[in-house]
Amino acid sequence: MGLARLLFTTFTVFTLTGLPVSYITGVGLMPYGKHPGKNTLDLMGEAATMALADAQLERGDIDGLVCGYSTTMPHLMLSTVFAEHFGLKPEYAHAIQLGGATGFAMAMLAHHLVESGVAKNILVVAGENRLTGQSRDSAIQTLAQVGHPVYEVPLGATIPAYYGLLASRYMLEYGTTETDFAELAVLMRRHASMHPGAQFKEPITVDAVLGSKPIASPLKLLDCCPVSDGGAAFVVSRARTNDFNVKIRGTGQAHPYQHLSAAPSLTQSGAAPAMAKALAAAGVKASDADYAAIYDSFTITLTILLEELGLAPRGGAGKLAHEGHFSHDGKLPLNTHGGLLSYGHCGVGGAMAHLVETHRQLTQRAENRQAKNASLALLHGDGGVLSSHVSLVVESAT
Amino acid sequence: MNVLDWTKDGDGIAYQTCGNCKAIWYFQRSFCPECGTSTPTTLQASGRGTVHARTLVTRAPTEELRAHAPYLIVLIDAEEGFRLMAHGDADLQIGDRVLARFTQLAGHKIPYFDKA
Repeated sequence: MGLARLLFTTFTVFTLTGLPVSYITGVGLMPYGKHPGKNTLDLMGEAATMALADAQLERGDIDGLVCGYSTTMPHLMLSTVFAEHFGLKPEYAHAIQLGGATGFAMAMLAHHLVESGVAKNILVVAGENRLTGQSRDSAIQTLAQVGHPVYEVPLGATIPAYYGLLASRYMLEYGTTETDFAELAVLMRRHASMHPGAQFKEPITVDAVLGSKPIASPLKLLDCCPVSDGGAAFVVSRARTNDFNVKIRGTGQAHPYQHLSAAPSLTQSGAAPAMAKALAAAGVKASDADYAAIYDSFTITLTILLEELGLAPRGGAGKLAHEGHFSHDGKLPLNTHGGLLSYGHCGVGGAMAHLVETHRQLTQRAENRQAKNASLALLHGDGGVLSSHVSLVVESAT
Repeated sequence: MNVLDWTKDGDGIAYQTCGNCKAIWYFQRSFCPECGTSTPTTLQASGRGTVHARTLVTRAPTEELRAHAPYLIVLIDAEEGFRLMAHGDADLQIGDRVLARFTQLAGHKIPYFDKA
């Protein structure tokens, strides 16, 4: 790197506090649910178009592209297939795969790429017709492959089964009840009912969750996120491009294991160490946050993550949800779009919806869902069976 | 000694240990995942253990498996110090002492635990 570029990079990227930052300059989020006839590239393209418009950037401004994967369109080079299709000529491009943690891992990567001067405006995009592009059995079998092919999958294990195992142990150790889990499903549905793009908007009750079809005990249908079609995108930039920006302040990861049989603990995942890194990089405490975006593939996922991250006491997440603590007008608004549980889960785009909603909250554009004081947010995603963790700390820059 | 291993259609559970760092693990490899020593020992487990976690699977992933549903998947803490996933009697609870036998599931041999 030449001296001039080094000085330029240093000057533009470091804030007055001396901490390196990047800006999320635009976001795009499709409604989740059924998009019959649209394939992965169509959904990626629609989300990308929204994000570019939001960032007030043109295709030619995008010099970096990071995308995830699609189970309905497996490809060795999804990023450049999309670049050609959409009309981008990036100087940096590739796809990454980290299961449910992919969305936030892409944000982390884009942050560091921008910070180190590799690119000025990175488009991060994902889309998948996971619901209408394959049979439900096929989706369930594909996802079950995060299990061990020799020691776990032949047992007829599914993703809900792995999380059901986690839940059984967690309930024993911390006294969490099925009603506590149900409270989180009810909360996510209430939030989704306020978002026009959510897949499921009809309010539900604790009794409805408890009475829903058994899937893998203690998890029932309404403890599980749906399978969806959808797409999401955002742009990470070295400099502001408009009047509503969010700074990425800190990032962290932890990957303590892959398969549940090899997990050192079923109740202490890598969530806390990942978030500790992100908080240290940002120079803030978890208690400083006034918005939270936490991965919620199942009610048990959200329970463990909230409690391990210290956003609720052990065994207390359901009670706090019941009391309104995590509501859009509560003390720590959580997943105000409805999360994976009710906004929907289209794969990589699933957690990206959490980031898009965080951006809208922190830029005061969340309409009827707007939280009063959202300015510093914690985001946490997990992939595999609570085995891969990515944390982000972001702050309003408007 | 010929170690029986259900993943290779034998009526037994195998595990590995490292003579160098004393690590104990379940997924077989040609090296120790802790210290890298290339001479792990493969041993026969007794089949005795304790239920660590349980889930009753009602929604099976394939047509073939649906014939067996609901089935109980368990994580077992083997008395030798490793953990494995298996099937078990639907009445098993966390903390129960259990003993393995072997059964067929959708064309595969699998370990199945009953109360000891």
